[in-house]
Amino acid sequence: MFIVVAGAGKVGFHLARALVSDHELLIIEMDPARAGYVAEELGDEVVMQGDACDAATMERAGMERADLVVAVTGDDEDNLTFCQIAKAKFSVPRAVARINNPQNESLFKDLGIDATVSATSLIMAHIEQELPWRGLIPLLTLRAHGLEIVELRIPSDAAIVGRNLRSALLPQRSLIVLVIDPDGTPHLPAADTVIRAEDILLAVTDIENEEGLRRALTSPEP
Amino acid sequence: MFVMIMGCGRLGAQLAMMLEQEGHDVTVLDLDKYAFDHLPADFKGGKFLGDGADQDTLRRAGAERAEAFIAATRGDNRNALAAQVAKHVFHIPRVGSVIFDPIREEVYRGLGLHTINPTKVEASLLRDAVLKAPEE
Repeated sequence: MFIVVAGAGKVGFHLARALVSDHELLIIEMDPARAGYVAEELGDEVVMQGDACDAATMERAGMERADLVVAVTGDDEDNLTFCQIAKAKFSVPRAVARINNPQNESLFKDLGIDATVSATSLIMAHIEQELPWRGLIPLLTLRAHGLEIVELRIPSDAAIVGRNLRSALLPQRSLIVLVIDPDGTPHLPAADTVIRAEDILLAVTDIENEEGLRRALTSPEP
Repeated sequence: MFVMIMGCGRLGAQLAMMLEQEGHDVTVLDLDKYAFDHLPADFKGGKFLGDGADQDTLRRAGAERAEAFIAATRGDNRNALAAQVAKHVFHIPRVGSVIFDPIREEVYRGLGLHTINPTKVEASLLRDAVLKAPEE
């Protein structure tokens, strides 16, 4: 697969290093010093110095034969423009963008970016999970049907503790797909699976019903 | 009409004054408080310090009741992002964006944004000024 990456910061560099042995890869970086460093580490043929949003640079990069573009700069506006030009002008079939401002996540999807990765949201959700707060971590968005895969940890005072899954009033289009017990053993859940404190549940849910699912599984006894 | 302008450089400030003189209610946003110095002292519209491409900032500046939005910073990508936020998140009925790079401008026009390309406009004005003017 031919992959073009915009931005050789920490994310871009490590991504490129992970992909370069299995794919044809080109990383475009604006800063000459940074581009030079990455060229030394990964090879001259992997790096191009220039403005990734500039059509002439994109042409030189061979954008029209790219199978995938990935925009991972620290600026959402640059990531969006790079992906939009790649798709609109060079007909690149798939574009993935890093999101820095979590508020831009749904806009990017509405604008046709195929997948987004928001490190900020992910880190925030993981930290919130560690706080005494009944959180839910969105792990993956299944864009086509408005579904997502989420992770929840069952607090010890949750009403569901000691009961089976049949008794949980889950919202529509929500399904528990995996239960991981506190020892780390995964189980496929059945209707009679009893939920224990500190179990980790993976669920598929309609994004709209995320809050209802969180309440059903983590709310304390009324 | 309530008009929001992102970017208070020479262009944004000139536009803000022009619209205010025509009787519009204008709010200008900029990240740099010194940018508002481009506005004359008698400008009565709103001056909002903040990132005009950020949804919270736009909401606080009144984007939900804006009737028009113009992105006029020097950054093409910022303008394109802000204009698309104005259009797709706040559903502001009239959205315009300055895009200096002619190729990027074509792409964004193709994607349905109302774009102005100062580079092309200036080039043709200069051509006309030089070639169509009588010889001195």
